[in-house]
Amino acid sequence: MTEKERQKLLQQLLEKQKTGKLKPADRYEIPPQDMPAQDPVKRRANVNEVATGYTETQARLEAMRCLQCKTAPCIKGCPVQIRIQDFVAVIADGDFKKALAIIKENSLLPAVCGRVCPQEVQCQQTCTVGLKFKDTGKAVSIGRLERFVADLDQNGDGTPTVAPETGMKVAVIGSGPGGIVAAADTARAGHDVTIFEAFHKTGGVMVYGIPEFRLPKAIVQEEIDVLTKMGVKIVCNFIVGRTRTIEQLMTEDGFDAAYIGVGAGLPRFMGIEGESLVGVYSANEYLTRANLMKAYDFGKGADTPIALSKKVAVIGGGNVTMDSARTAVRLGAEKVYLVYRRSEKEMPARIEEVHHAKEEGVEFHILQSPKRIIGDQNSHVTAIECLKYRLGELDESGRRRPIPIEGSEFQIDVDAVIIAIGNIANPLIRQTTPGLQFNKWGNIIVDENCKTSLEGVYAGGDIVLGAATVILAMGQGRIAAAAINQYLEKKKLDTD
Amino acid sequence: MSKSQLSEDVFTADVEAPLIAEAGKPGQFVIISISSEYSERIPLTIADANPQKGTIRLIWQRVGKTTAELADMKVGDEIANVAGPLGRPTHIENFGTVVCVGGGIGTAPLLPIAKALKKAGNKIISILGARTKELLILEDEFAQVSDEVIITTDDGSYGRKALVTEPLKELCQRSRKPDQVFAIGPAIMMKFCCAATKQFDVPTQVSLNTIMVDATGMCGGCRIEFDGKPKFVCVDGPEFDGHKVNFDLMMKRLNAYKDQEQKAYEQYKKHGCKIGLDK
Repeated sequence: MTEKERQKLLQQLLEKQKTGKLKPADRYEIPPQDMPAQDPVKRRANVNEVATGYTETQARLEAMRCLQCKTAPCIKGCPVQIRIQDFVAVIADGDFKKALAIIKENSLLPAVCGRVCPQEVQCQQTCTVGLKFKDTGKAVSIGRLERFVADLDQNGDGTPTVAPETGMKVAVIGSGPGGIVAAADTARAGHDVTIFEAFHKTGGVMVYGIPEFRLPKAIVQEEIDVLTKMGVKIVCNFIVGRTRTIEQLMTEDGFDAAYIGVGAGLPRFMGIEGESLVGVYSANEYLTRANLMKAYDFGKGADTPIALSKKVAVIGGGNVTMDSARTAVRLGAEKVYLVYRRSEKEMPARIEEVHHAKEEGVEFHILQSPKRIIGDQNSHVTAIECLKYRLGELDESGRRRPIPIEGSEFQIDVDAVIIAIGNIANPLIRQTTPGLQFNKWGNIIVDENCKTSLEGVYAGGDIVLGAATVILAMGQGRIAAAAINQYLEKKKLDTD
Repeated sequence: MSKSQLSEDVFTADVEAPLIAEAGKPGQFVIISISSEYSERIPLTIADANPQKGTIRLIWQRVGKTTAELADMKVGDEIANVAGPLGRPTHIENFGTVVCVGGGIGTAPLLPIAKALKKAGNKIISILGARTKELLILEDEFAQVSDEVIITTDDGSYGRKALVTEPLKELCQRSRKPDQVFAIGPAIMMKFCCAATKQFDVPTQVSLNTIMVDATGMCGGCRIEFDGKPKFVCVDGPEFDGHKVNFDLMMKRLNAYKDQEQKAYEQYKKHGCKIGLDK
């Protein structure tokens, strides 16, 4: 469909709507609007954003596909309960500013979430339109609409108003999505907020992990700038637990409350032979080198090197696996193999990321998993030996359990291996914070308000949930901030 | 704050970092990057700290682009990012007699450890090794905290003409062998020190300096094989029981980017010369 045809269709639909003749059947007939994207061949050689965003007409057409059903199952699917059907309705009317205002009631980072939320298992999974077509791919593209209105506001005056100073100090540990939201919500309440970040740049996983081509750094930076405008202080190169402990912050440095949002932490390895060979990376390392440290510009300014591999195997089936594989493509690999031990159906990655990875030439090796990694006399990776798998009964995750097929060993020649099978909790806070309670996996134990076992200390995101998503971390940042605001209000009353 | 050259390729500087100076303990390190956009992050050990002045002392060897760039900085220039202290502090106790073996630049991180061990009541025998006399660093500082200092050079230009492992072996052969050894230096030196002390069953701590990116446990690039299992130098170390470290694999991982690093350094050197000509 050309833009002209889309405009014509939109006019017809608007006419019908005006006269009250627009029926659900008409809405079902509107073709789902595809996300415009950079050409797969071209984008293999650049790190610019792949999905380029809806046009105004596309956004309004897509919004008109929404039935405005009374039950609004989409809202129940949203971790932060955005009033989805309301913001979609005003997009259809062309009032994009109002749409953004509605989203911002519940979500602080629409430009980020519109891009990286797994909508197909959240709001869009339960969408009535998708159910009607028996295809979540045909649900209303809520995420794309969210992104559309957020991007329009790029130079807008998004700075929220801040309540009068309370004199209370809040420490936010980690500047990832949870930390940003917790900082914004507590700053809005008038508290004196400081974010402590271990890296030299803010944004957490949004800058070191999620690649530029999926989430441009400039978008994350805008959100950080908003915080600064609200008076939030940001201290980089500060490793809580090492530079100062939580106890020191709370007793010597005068913080009244703290939010721990330090993220997932240590990369998980497989425990197979050859994992320490040269050329074997954790996804964290590979992505950090490529993204945060800009290794794709090595020799053109950037000082951080990365293996310039020709044949890369990426192990895993999640979003981070897709990010690693697609980064390898952009770094010039001729062959990128994605090796996953279950079938494509069980992959936790977003459908869109799987689709983009395939378009860019990533070869999927499903129902396979490495048994060992093989190196040469210099300990450089030369191949992986894999086993084939079949699917058995359902396991505790509700997915069919992969079972190795004995004697099915075969080799794939590679010169780099990226292990992207998840993270385990970073022990740093645990080692340095007596009294803070952790579960057996090393995650911080919190109550429904994200409160930890320590007075005034709250936590959320991956360090509590294990590996989760940006939106879940944001949701917890919001819950924790509300609890912190309440706690500080009471504390202030008690001390006054 | 101040900067000087200890030998042809070894430099030292006192850097303003009050929080790290206050929190730092022997055995810990910092991660630095010269600018925020494009610089790489490299770990450097904290050779000394002055909490009153709020400074830490860094000692580094010029081996590549970043260390050369650092060496070219002047007093008053700002290192954009200094984060730390990182790693687990050295376990200090009164072991009895401790041999501190320092090779080349490894002598620097060994100094605060030797100081702390002395303070804890240990008898300290220091063995300092260098390729040649002019590369030997911190001799006077070690003399102050040691009961005995043994110097070795590869070419015999100063002290004994020997590798550090020779006197180390002799000390282990004494009727009262040392209770503990700390060995810090090039990987190959630590490997052979550990091989030597293993024969005599003398516990030996080594401090490893592998390639790191974040240095907080997140990337795993620094991992080594320890007792057959992966360990992260940044959060599990940097010190390890040297008898369980797979040094051969570690040395290969240290060379992972050798060619690229070499190229970057060459480019920097060329660039540096051009600037010189313009003046």
